[in-house]
Amino acid sequence: MAKHHVTTTINGDPAEFLCETQQTLLDCLRDELGLTGSKEGCASGDCGACSVMLDGRLVCACLVLGVEAEGATIETIEGVAQGDELHPLQKHFLEDAALQCGVCTPGFIVAAKALLEHNPDPTETEARYWLAGNLCRCTGYDKIIKAVMNAAAEMRGA
Amino acid sequence: MGNEEDIGKIIDYSGREFQYIGKRTIRPDGVDKVTGRANFGADFTVNGMIHGRVVRSPHAHAKIKKINVDKALKLDGVKAVITGKDFPEIDINDKAVGEVVVSYYDMAHNIIARDKVYYDGHAVAAVAATTPDIAEKAAKLIEVEYDVLKPVMTAAQAMKKNAPVLHKHIHTAGVEPAPEKPSNVASRTEFKLGDPAAGFADADVIVEREFSTQTVHQGYIEPHACCASISADGNTNIWCSSQGQFMVRAYTAKICGMETSKVKVIPAEIGGGFGGKTVVYLEPLAVMLAKKAGRPVKMVMTRDEVLRATGPTSGGTARARIGAKKDGTIVAGELELVYEAGAYPGSPVALGCMTGFAPYDIKNVSCVGWDVLVNRPKAAAYRAPGAPVAAFGVECTLDVLAEELGMCPLELRMKNAAVEGTQAPYGVKFNRIGYKETLEAAKAHPHWSAPLGPNQGRGIASGFWFNIGGTSSAEVMVNEDGTVIVATGNPDIGGSRASMALMAAEVLGIDVARIKPLVADTESVPFSMLTGGSRVTFATGKAVIEAAQDAVNDLKRRAAKIWDVDVDQVEWENGQAVCIESTQHKPLSIAAIAAKADKTGGAISGRANINATGAGPGFGTHICDVEVDPETGYVTVLRYTAIQDVGKAIHPSYVEGQLQGGAVQGIGWALNEEYVYSEDGRLLNTGFLDYRMPVASDLPMIDTVVVEVPNPGHPYGVRGVGETPIVPPLAAVANAVSHAIGKRVTDLPLSPPRLLAVIDGK
Amino acid sequence: MSEIQFATPQTVKEAVKCLAGAKGKARVLAGGTDLLVQLRAGFVRPGLIVDIKHIPELRKVKREDGGFRIGAAVSGAELGANAAVKKAWPGVVEGLELIGSTQIQGRASLGGNLCNGSPAADSVPALIAAAATCHIAGPKGTREAKVEDIVSGPGKTTLKPGEFVVSFFLPKRPKRSGDAYLRLIPRTEMDIAVVGAGVSLALDSKGVCTEARVALGAVAPKAVLVKAAGKALVGTKVDDAALEAMAAACRDACKPIDDKRGTVAYRTKVAGVLAQRAARIALARATGE
Repeated sequence: MAKHHVTTTINGDPAEFLCETQQTLLDCLRDELGLTGSKEGCASGDCGACSVMLDGRLVCACLVLGVEAEGATIETIEGVAQGDELHPLQKHFLEDAALQCGVCTPGFIVAAKALLEHNPDPTETEARYWLAGNLCRCTGYDKIIKAVMNAAAEMRGA
Repeated sequence: MGNEEDIGKIIDYSGREFQYIGKRTIRPDGVDKVTGRANFGADFTVNGMIHGRVVRSPHAHAKIKKINVDKALKLDGVKAVITGKDFPEIDINDKAVGEVVVSYYDMAHNIIARDKVYYDGHAVAAVAATTPDIAEKAAKLIEVEYDVLKPVMTAAQAMKKNAPVLHKHIHTAGVEPAPEKPSNVASRTEFKLGDPAAGFADADVIVEREFSTQTVHQGYIEPHACCASISADGNTNIWCSSQGQFMVRAYTAKICGMETSKVKVIPAEIGGGFGGKTVVYLEPLAVMLAKKAGRPVKMVMTRDEVLRATGPTSGGTARARIGAKKDGTIVAGELELVYEAGAYPGSPVALGCMTGFAPYDIKNVSCVGWDVLVNRPKAAAYRAPGAPVAAFGVECTLDVLAEELGMCPLELRMKNAAVEGTQAPYGVKFNRIGYKETLEAAKAHPHWSAPLGPNQGRGIASGFWFNIGGTSSAEVMVNEDGTVIVATGNPDIGGSRASMALMAAEVLGIDVARIKPLVADTESVPFSMLTGGSRVTFATGKAVIEAAQDAVNDLKRRAAKIWDVDVDQVEWENGQAVCIESTQHKPLSIAAIAAKADKTGGAISGRANINATGAGPGFGTHICDVEVDPETGYVTVLRYTAIQDVGKAIHPSYVEGQLQGGAVQGIGWALNEEYVYSEDGRLLNTGFLDYRMPVASDLPMIDTVVVEVPNPGHPYGVRGVGETPIVPPLAAVANAVSHAIGKRVTDLPLSPPRLLAVIDGK
Repeated sequence: MSEIQFATPQTVKEAVKCLAGAKGKARVLAGGTDLLVQLRAGFVRPGLIVDIKHIPELRKVKREDGGFRIGAAVSGAELGANAAVKKAWPGVVEGLELIGSTQIQGRASLGGNLCNGSPAADSVPALIAAAATCHIAGPKGTREAKVEDIVSGPGKTTLKPGEFVVSFFLPKRPKRSGDAYLRLIPRTEMDIAVVGAGVSLALDSKGVCTEARVALGAVAPKAVLVKAAGKALVGTKVDDAALEAMAAACRDACKPIDDKRGTVAYRTKVAGVLAQRAARIALARATGE
């Protein structure tokens, strides 16, 4: 069988790629489209390093087939900053030292962005539960949660 | 949050104010890491690249009878297949002596099995093909015939008289007379101080308890990944993430039988290591596949492979016995550790023996360690290797002693705390250390005196780590516009670029934003030892300071030339050259000197190649509050405070981050992380679903108190920071749980089923 | 190994046709949170994957006969946002919402959770306690079945070749009734239930229990409806003695195994504990507390 030809929208731009049925959206983003900001930590939906938005819903790109992206709208870490203007979450991750090795960071930022769009004023507990699907082994989450709360406050104030 | 004030107060070790050190600057690699641009191990691609897959043993212990690769080779798209036979044989006595002894023979056999497999997941062959899917299919077509042997899965099984013996050539080292029969006990280690028997005879109270822990994994989020390319003349490039590009070069060259100069390693960003990336697994396989295929080969592990076949740390038992006088003075300590090494010798049991009693001034100590082979993956380093399990035994037993004496566990520690001049059980006399200061900070912290509710308990525990120095190199290059590049040979595992830039800024006297730190490849800076032992900020930092000083000396010489004065007339102040005798020469900035570099002798730079000595030990004290659900055994961590003497916090935020991250890894170790094997030795929890690392909602904020007792062995007082924080949590959590349920817990992890059985007395 | 075909039928009829015409094994794709893991691990290699998310009735929640009709592919996030269902059957919604992370919630569905056949599926005990039924389509037409009759053992269902679950029906919520689902996992999130307990009960005007259904997950090869546990509550005011009798019935119904997630002793004891706690919540909901 020929590969599937998938037409989709990624970070606001039209995109096309070819894939086989078993290829995940994560495989397609990374290997077919060169968008390597989304990381594969587990390939089973347990670490969240591949978090992307699919039609406005936060998902793990490793648990979506590439073919399912047909006609869909996808947002990845590469689309979070506007040109050289960082998103408040990105700024606060830097200012609040919310990353050590940084491999989980793209997933956290995409997931946290989804949280703040859904709930601009989360409690610490709400933020922790929303982000429970994103594993970080370096930070103990403390500074990540603080960065998210600080970014939320800034975004509410702005 | 006491830490904000503590950090603001600069303890000036060298007698002058710090201008940059101690500032919370934005890390230089940060923007790339928050935008997805940073390239980690799996993010590299090379033109013409193909994909490698490893064939792994499903058996824990088996002889390899035959490997048939014919079917795989016939599959369209398959470019190469390798087995152990493709690698040069390495002498059984070929060892590298570094922080730990490394047997190249064992390493080679661990990377790809020869005649026997020793654990579920042991690599037996590898294949490279044009797509990952074809490689996967080809891997399934490689037929391996095994003669399955009975595995030994625990130290207790392995030490039984009639246990199957893993390696016929291993005889227990460290016992007299040398045994004639091979054994699963690879070695016995002993450290002794004073006269333990006399010490115990003198004690008013003696307590003894035995504790156990399970195999745990470092749990880095980034799986091992590499890409290797080799040309017909043997020149090899390896792109990979690791804790040391020079380590990858040395090990890969050795395993593949190549000269060092033929191998260039280009470091990727590393997505967590914690010790687990101080060894190689994929790189030699990728090189051999690339050589056979004549194409670059990329290999990326799955999470299943990471858990089955890469560096966990040893499960083990710790039996601690402590004797004290009625007033709480400890007069004798005894510690016996049995650690599971995995498939090859080399558990961190000796380090456990050395560290367990290190926080205490005890005149009579005996520590004995057993390194035991089992059919599990070979243990690799994991953050303060060996120390957490030893501290778990000692610090819980101290808690029992405090109860027996009717003494506050903090006061008991204070009374016996090691100080400057204390003789450690492993031989050294401590220089200036800050253990007591961490206890004082714990006592003063509001956490220590906060009230507790029903089913809640508080635990306190301390920990020690040596911290090391070692070989490090740095180059400081002054650009034409006066900006600066600082090149070192250590991967940035958690913010070290930021601390290198801060230290260089301090010496050069220029804004940290004008300094760009670089993690260089193996052909762009001289050799540096790997990132491990909490050594980088200390040792590589020392090299950066010296290299920056060297650059300052060069800048001063250039200024002297420009002014036509003697170089001793030039001082370096606030980032500029100042002529001390004459006021007619206006101070020259770095930019001004750099602009005239071609007229004063060419490019300006500084360098330092050092073997850093004088590493200062790190001590930490943690306080943990938990609540236990008495009907389900479920533990909630309510509050946690990590206190540590860090010497001098170069970048306080990343120092706090180390304390928080280490504490949480320790909490995971204490509560839910463990390898679960079937009886026949297959790993049952090969993913993050069932290898349960803490998630964000499991935890409270982790409060930190950064204590700064400067290390006299470093120009800015730096001590290693990263490893100490994983040492206290196992005992801090277990002591808290014990107090919450009113019974002593001794076996980790304290998962709900295990804890409920303790609560119910089963 | 041959290529995997992929189909996106737009109607139930088309989906039935696709499944019937498959070469090799066909797998239904809803949220994919189980299927993709199995694909990647090499546990399954179907000849055809049928994505049912383009069929409108699989994605809808609507009122029906005073109750609710919920499409089998409605995600946890979608159902959680439905205030009416959440008000009527909070236990069912809680069960679905407990599955995995926020990311998983964006995809995971009731249909997938049930048909994956896991004994530990979080939404299933709550659905069984709620006396939910499912609407099934297949080559021989459609049929209705009780939720507790779908799974036959770990990874196995009673669905015939070509059949798939189209929707679930949650009956009309009686007056003075309530439901709840609780599970025990070693962490706060991201885990498979070691034990799960769903309880649904109704009271008369005097506070006497008139109807009660108790279902347990992860304590047997499939989620079980513990009739004796329900009976222990009926006719009582759901007091401590009745709750203890119900817990005893739950413990009796447990036929668990020792595995990496828990022991027989643990699961048996905690089944009683959780059923009691869930019953208390359901009671509070029934009395409007």
